[in-house]
Amino acid sequence: MDITLKVNGTEHQLTVEPRVTLLDALRERLDLTGTKKGCDRGECGACTVLADDRRIKSCLTLAVMHEDSAITTVEGLAPEGGLHPVQSAFIRRDAFQCGGCTPGQIMSAVACIEEGHTGSADEIREWMSGNLCRCACYANIVVAVQDAAQEVHR
Amino acid sequence: MRAFEYARPTSVDDAVRLVAERPDAGFIAGGTDLLNLMKDGARAHDCLIDVNALPLADVVERDGVVRIGALARMREVAEHPAVRRAAPVVSEALLNSASPQVRNMAAIGGNLLQRTRCGYFRDVGSPCNKRVPGSGCPALEGQNRAHAILGVSDQCIAVHPSDLAVSLLAVDATVLTQSPARARRIPMGEFHVAPGATPDRENALGHGELIVGVEIPITPMAATSRYLKLRDRATFEFAVVAVAAALEMNGNVVRDVRLTFGGIATKPWRSPEAEAALRGRPLTGATIAAAGQALVRGAVTREHNAFKADLVQRALDGHLRDLAGVQ
Repeated sequence: MDITLKVNGTEHQLTVEPRVTLLDALRERLDLTGTKKGCDRGECGACTVLADDRRIKSCLTLAVMHEDSAITTVEGLAPEGGLHPVQSAFIRRDAFQCGGCTPGQIMSAVACIEEGHTGSADEIREWMSGNLCRCACYANIVVAVQDAAQEVHR
Repeated sequence: MRAFEYARPTSVDDAVRLVAERPDAGFIAGGTDLLNLMKDGARAHDCLIDVNALPLADVVERDGVVRIGALARMREVAEHPAVRRAAPVVSEALLNSASPQVRNMAAIGGNLLQRTRCGYFRDVGSPCNKRVPGSGCPALEGQNRAHAILGVSDQCIAVHPSDLAVSLLAVDATVLTQSPARARRIPMGEFHVAPGATPDRENALGHGELIVGVEIPITPMAATSRYLKLRDRATFEFAVVAVAAALEMNGNVVRDVRLTFGGIATKPWRSPEAEAALRGRPLTGATIAAAGQALVRGAVTREHNAFKADLVQRALDGHLRDLAGVQ
């Protein structure tokens, strides 16, 4: 099928089989490899992207279902050479080790802050629960999200 | 995932016709369960009809009901003021389901049709009467800690996984469907079916019949309904035991009550016996205990899931005390 995907403000024409997930289209066809493939079953959250500013798991949906969506990946969060406040906070707070889950954590955190679910550490833990960290950096992730929320809402 | 054809019709009539005319076609809405099943080979379709362009996403309150379009997402429904007012149990059940990302994706109709998380069902290397009728059920003598104690048969003991369905059953909701031949209204209590001798059949839908919405009647009892979910970790997990309760008190006497349960049964489980043990009686430790005993009287436990019979009674006790504000 010939489809158009709007990703990070740019329209891409591509031909895909219906069975291609949004995740695979981003990584394998558009070379946007910032979005990670962890479990490919919606359990780990490494593939989290924004569709029309809402966080979704890109492994659980088909590329052909997103012709009408504006997709944002980690590559599109900040202008070239810059960092989104959530990205800065993750670096400052050392909120990762291997980095495999980090793009998904960051995309989920951007949405979590936008949704207003950062009132307490417990609230952040609940609303970031769709993102697993194999290195168990959760303590620093929570602090990074708190930091970034303060900056974004300032 | 095996290859399939894809179409995205814009009318309900076209969507149901396209599925009805091909035996192996299916609907896709959120896709959050279906695509996992197709990746795992537990389910195959040669054609998927994407229903997301159909006008079925609205939540509206009118004429004494809250009508939820089948394509409304879990998040919208959980946050919707009319749902929170008319049936807080539904909002709570949704917020205690899945993850924030999946709640942005998964549609209400699809939530009711999600398949069991029984590991044998999802592992195509295992026999499973639900996936391949007649092949056997390894759960009967195998890893059955997560499995059902009510509504079971010698063919299947898989738990129905939907929190939403349990909550809708507690507020007497109705499922609205459309097929090429007709529109139907199916009470929640008749929508899901226990496995019996045909565990591959889980609900009242025919092939090509689409859920178009769910209706919740607005009642005083539903407005005080609550959901309790117990699981093995704090969040993002299926229920070990869940209790949905709607309670109408007259002083300390139970005027009316609905009690439905998740995590313990092969379908969303209502217990008229437990309700009868409370209706017209004062809410005390003794009457709650009698209700819990009535609930599990017909339970069939296995090697690893016998604890559920005790746990669900304690969950019911704690939940009803919280709901009624009694010590």
